[in-house]
Amino acid sequence: MADKHITPMLDELENGPWPSFISGIKRLRDQHSDSRVSGVANSLLGQLEHSYETRKGYWKGGTVSVFGYGSGIIPRFSEVGDAFPESREFHTLRVQPPAGNFYTTDMLRQLGKSWEKHGSGLQTFHGQTGNIMFIGASTENTQHFFDEINEYGWDLGGAGPCVRTGMCCVGAARCEQANIDGIKIHRTLLNNFTDDIHRPALPYKFKFKVSGCPNDCVNSIERADFAIIGTWKDDMKVNQDEVKDFVEKKGRKYLIDNVITRCPTNCLSLKDDDTLEVDNRNCVKCMHCLNVMPKALSPGDDKGATILMGGKRTLKVGDLMGTVIVPFMKLDTEEDYEKLTELAEETIDFWAENGLEHERCGEMIERIGLVNFLDGIGLEVDPNMVADPTTSSYVRMDGWDDEAEKWFKDKLQSVEA
Amino acid sequence: MSKEQVEKKVNRSPIETGCPDAFQYMHPLMRKNYGQWAYHEDPRPGVLKHVAHSGDAIWTIKAGTQRILDVITLNLLCDIGDKYADGYVRFTIRSNIEYMVDQESKVGPLIVELEKNGFVVGGTKNSVAMIAHTQGWLHCDIPGTDAAGVVKAMMDEVIDEFKGWNMPNRVHMTTSCCQINCGGQGDIAINVQYTKPPKINHDLVSNVCERPSVVARCPVAAIRPAMVNGKPSLEVDEKKCICCGACYPPCPPMQINDAEHTKLSVWVGGNHSNARGKPTFQKLVAAGIPNNPPRWPEATAIVKKILRAYRDDAKDWERISDWVERIGWPRFFELTGLPFTKFHINNWKGARNSLNASTHIRF
Repeated sequence: MADKHITPMLDELENGPWPSFISGIKRLRDQHSDSRVSGVANSLLGQLEHSYETRKGYWKGGTVSVFGYGSGIIPRFSEVGDAFPESREFHTLRVQPPAGNFYTTDMLRQLGKSWEKHGSGLQTFHGQTGNIMFIGASTENTQHFFDEINEYGWDLGGAGPCVRTGMCCVGAARCEQANIDGIKIHRTLLNNFTDDIHRPALPYKFKFKVSGCPNDCVNSIERADFAIIGTWKDDMKVNQDEVKDFVEKKGRKYLIDNVITRCPTNCLSLKDDDTLEVDNRNCVKCMHCLNVMPKALSPGDDKGATILMGGKRTLKVGDLMGTVIVPFMKLDTEEDYEKLTELAEETIDFWAENGLEHERCGEMIERIGLVNFLDGIGLEVDPNMVADPTTSSYVRMDGWDDEAEKWFKDKLQSVEA
Repeated sequence: MSKEQVEKKVNRSPIETGCPDAFQYMHPLMRKNYGQWAYHEDPRPGVLKHVAHSGDAIWTIKAGTQRILDVITLNLLCDIGDKYADGYVRFTIRSNIEYMVDQESKVGPLIVELEKNGFVVGGTKNSVAMIAHTQGWLHCDIPGTDAAGVVKAMMDEVIDEFKGWNMPNRVHMTTSCCQINCGGQGDIAINVQYTKPPKINHDLVSNVCERPSVVARCPVAAIRPAMVNGKPSLEVDEKKCICCGACYPPCPPMQINDAEHTKLSVWVGGNHSNARGKPTFQKLVAAGIPNNPPRWPEATAIVKKILRAYRDDAKDWERISDWVERIGWPRFFELTGLPFTKFHINNWKGARNSLNASTHIRF
């Protein structure tokens, strides 16, 4: 290893009670038995200190991939590699985690061992898209590391204009609010698009995220092109004994102030005998009362999912929320799963054909309008898709009779079904 | 055979297994009671107890880490998991590690061991959660600031709020190192805000950048092709330019970062949950904050001001967005002591929807 770089600014980040990533990188520099790993850590610290001093980043992208794939590596070449040669090439491998981010300690050790053999020994569980980030390998070693972990069951995630690695909450594995099998949905969808993950050929990125309930712990409405959120159609379950117990423990005022009056559609009322009355037809499944009283209140039995599409962050038209595309669908049988996969395929195909370069699905919907988008993926309009009907009369409406007839016919069909 | 042919021969075709099966890595109690959980309790900060319809219970201990984990720390977390837990972990989307154990008696010793090794148990219920962060100077190709450093410096200051239940409801914070905002929406977000147009190295543009796609990338059509010093390049209409930095990733010679003029901004009220109201985007509350490594004290001071005002004034279960909706923006600026400026008023598409078209005013 070259002389240790002096890092007075980074040293400041070793103070304070929160665990320090700088101390961690220094551990690799000072304690790791492989001189390659300690040399890379020293070099990285040097470049990072240089960034802190000058307030600028010094990594540039490029093209690096493993044999057979066009995606999954974030290439990084240093612009100041002459001063910090051992981390001159410092690429990240994005590796797909299991849905729900579960690991045994044995598997974490095995991954860590492979990574310190070929890479920097630095990793993150997980990046913002949801991948395990193995941060820092030379161009040559990206292939060696991938070959090694691919042999024991790990595959790369997406990067660039492709289907990206998905995300789902802990869901049915440990949460009473889960209305769907998020882990199965996540894995079914992602593994249906493996080719589109590894070979970027779409207008831009496309993200699937799955939340078990409307608390939406994986931020799918705000961040996913295709959000699957668990919900239910029938009455929520009320354990009146637990309601009474709650009143006894927390007081009537607490329940009124924190549950009854917080219901967004005024569906709750506390009766004189300290039981709860619910107007289930007007409940929007917001989850608030279930969050406050998880022992007393539970989702109903007729469970399924709401699908929203088109969420994304700022670039380029500003932040967009996803909008409801499918108000409710069952996800019980294999046929239900096929329907979901087909919907995702239709959506990606239509967007791939009609999206502009670097245009997210939500931006395309913004540009062409929801009605054209629905037409493109073969779905009918539904009043659950809008916050309000249009407020503008400047719309051509000469097809009204046909559309109204279609509405009544569809409604009749769904009643008969 | 030439060297190239030899290399080609040894290329190994990938096994395209995609997303691995999660159940092989799941705690046996979670496998057994999959989809059969009845309710949960919060025995103490950082600990969850989930009870299944079968009567089984599982305890989860959540700990904050440095997120950028060196393999030595990763092995230490595994050692703790083997000795004091059942050898199963998971990570939350905010990069906390969670250990699951099948007996209450394992909870205490595990917490002691985690804390002895410098990890921080907390982040559940009405706490300040671990700040979601991006890559920054450590690894990103376009960052205006660091991410791990900002987060470390801030978590040092709000660690008691992570460890306790002192907030009206949970507080999710995020950071982002450029205006693409990979960090996402948060109750409080600390994001880079550029304040000057890109500085263009005209010698490099034609070699490095695909000019039409750079022109197309600009949200306000401020970029056009131009010949500069006899070379094909790009020019920016600086009156139109909103200094967003969208041109910089596809065209690195259009340098947007600047030691002096890259600033930080603070946004509040982003909320992904559907609980009570519909999900909300975060709104600008403060900008012009110095990008001041290594500890960014000015940004942290503003975050702490907002947290204090929220803690003291919000009702139980109100997220920051619910709180502001109830008290109104004028009161928010009054309580936090932050200035309200012309920059707070939206000028983007659909801006008038964000203006007050009523006489609803709190005096």
